[in-house]
Amino acid sequence: MHVPDGFINAPVSVATGVVAAAAVAVSLRGARRELAGAGSGAERTAPLAGLVAAFIFAVQMLNFPVAAGTSGHLLGGALAAILVGPYTGVLCVSVVLLMQGVLFADGGLTALGVNITDMAIVTTVVAYALFRGLVKVLPRGRRSITVASFVAALVSVPAAAGAFTGLYVLGGTADVSIGKVFTAMVGVHVLIGIGEAVITALTVGAVVAVRPDLVYGARGLTQPLELRTVQVAVPGAGAGEVTTAARESAESAPEPASGPAPAAPGPRRSTRRVWLAGVATALVCAGGVSYYASADPDGLEKVAHDQGIDAKAKDHAAKDSPLADYGVKDIGDPRLSGGLAGVIGVGATLAVGTGVFVVVRRRKSAGTAERAVGSV
Amino acid sequence: MGAGHSHKLYRHGHSPVHALPPHCKIAAVFCFVLVVVSTPREAVWAFGLYAVLIAAAAGAARVPAGFLLKRLLIEVPFVAFAVLMPFVAEGPRVDVIGLSLSESGLWGAWNILAKGTLGVAASVLLAATTELRELLLGLQRLRMPPQLVQIASFMIRYGDVITDEMRRMRIARLSRGFEARGVRHWGILAKSAGALFIRSYERGERVHLAMVSRGYTGTMPVIADTTATRAQWTRAAALPVAALAVCLLGWTL
Repeated sequence: MHVPDGFINAPVSVATGVVAAAAVAVSLRGARRELAGAGSGAERTAPLAGLVAAFIFAVQMLNFPVAAGTSGHLLGGALAAILVGPYTGVLCVSVVLLMQGVLFADGGLTALGVNITDMAIVTTVVAYALFRGLVKVLPRGRRSITVASFVAALVSVPAAAGAFTGLYVLGGTADVSIGKVFTAMVGVHVLIGIGEAVITALTVGAVVAVRPDLVYGARGLTQPLELRTVQVAVPGAGAGEVTTAARESAESAPEPASGPAPAAPGPRRSTRRVWLAGVATALVCAGGVSYYASADPDGLEKVAHDQGIDAKAKDHAAKDSPLADYGVKDIGDPRLSGGLAGVIGVGATLAVGTGVFVVVRRRKSAGTAERAVGSV
Repeated sequence: MGAGHSHKLYRHGHSPVHALPPHCKIAAVFCFVLVVVSTPREAVWAFGLYAVLIAAAAGAARVPAGFLLKRLLIEVPFVAFAVLMPFVAEGPRVDVIGLSLSESGLWGAWNILAKGTLGVAASVLLAATTELRELLLGLQRLRMPPQLVQIASFMIRYGDVITDEMRRMRIARLSRGFEARGVRHWGILAKSAGALFIRSYERGERVHLAMVSRGYTGTMPVIADTTATRAQWTRAAALPVAALAVCLLGWTL
């Protein structure tokens, strides 16, 4: 969604231009650090960032068919942040926007600041902050990188839509009520965000599988090389066993009986404990704490109601669903009803999330099994 | 550069507009758009005059109207948004051909359409009369950080290479009988995108090494330093100054 000239008024355009210029200046310095290889890094920045920008430009042209003729494409902010780091990400997306504005007239010249602030800075920063936080919380591993990039991309797109609404509130030139703009923008962009999230997660997963060292967001995760000595008599059959054993112990499967005890594979947090604690917290929050949550409508609904804006607003399509308005239909006690709806909500979310996990895991374990068979 | 090297948006020519130094043109276009954006939307005639100014500039650059109009199509998504606006905006309603439309919404739609179209037309004219390399040099002359200019020039130079790489991968997929039909096939497309990233990044590393081996230290030597004379600046300023006069008239009348 490239904003054209005249959509946002001049003062806000200038202000966002200043913000964008400052952010690009900071990113130039940060990108030098991120892309630094063996040398000082200054001379690596331009070719690498330039090629990454070209990649983003090209990947935005890759069409992902949705259904019956419609298709979408990647926006790339979250992807860039995870693959090459936040500073380089901001820089590359900004350069892409600049070139699109100057060359292809896609997005106005005076709206360049708005476009960069919205699509380069907000998307990238939100995505990367979320990604980093999730990677810290989740157990180490390739799968949590994929999950974290899914969530990061999912949130980054509606966040950009929200930021756009904020800019629109400050300097919009059309007289559309803010509630409507917000609902329309965020509503549409949640859908776009789901597509973006799936594609980003799949792409990051594909890169992590082949070149994990290239993924900036996964840099802390590579384990240092371990040297192990395994007493093997037969060299021919042994080679395969050694690799399998190494691989298995890396994934903390039962240690092979033969050979001296290898070095402990580092302290690993138990996934199950984290998982159970998370579920318990979510259930307590949803079921218990929602007793005391405010029954008043949230800010926007309230504003809309006070101003009489929502008089014409259509009711939500799911109004008649048994869980509408965060309550269970046929239960009288409002507190019990709210709590129950919360618990059901957590359960549903959990079911969907677990479903995704199971699918991913099944595919992966199938792959490992094949590999094991192959090596024997 | 010959025909094969220039980008598709550029239209080779020898008009006075083509001959202007790039940074004068960029500054002129930017000022013009800024003036257009700050014009009050009620001054409908002012936007007509702006359109005449752009048409005059296009005439001086010998860019045919068809070329310009075809390139304006990029704006279509926002036109759709502008068309929606009179239906959803607040305020007093007016009846137009039996439809109840919001008055301020109509003004908003007009505002976006007029300013957006003029902005796009000005940018298209700039891209049509300025070579890519010159455009980047012009941005550098206008004190854009050299590092940013370098990144942009790498992006432009290798954009076609990377796009071709993507096209080759698409042909490879097609020739193996794959056709993406729906969400189920996203995994394969995403793997291609991942491969594209790896190939781009590795190409970047190779390009960097090749440049270092030729003596690159982080800055590009400026070979042809274009400077603008006072006369050229004046000629380039004709468009924004005329627009400014229209804008001032629009505010006072």
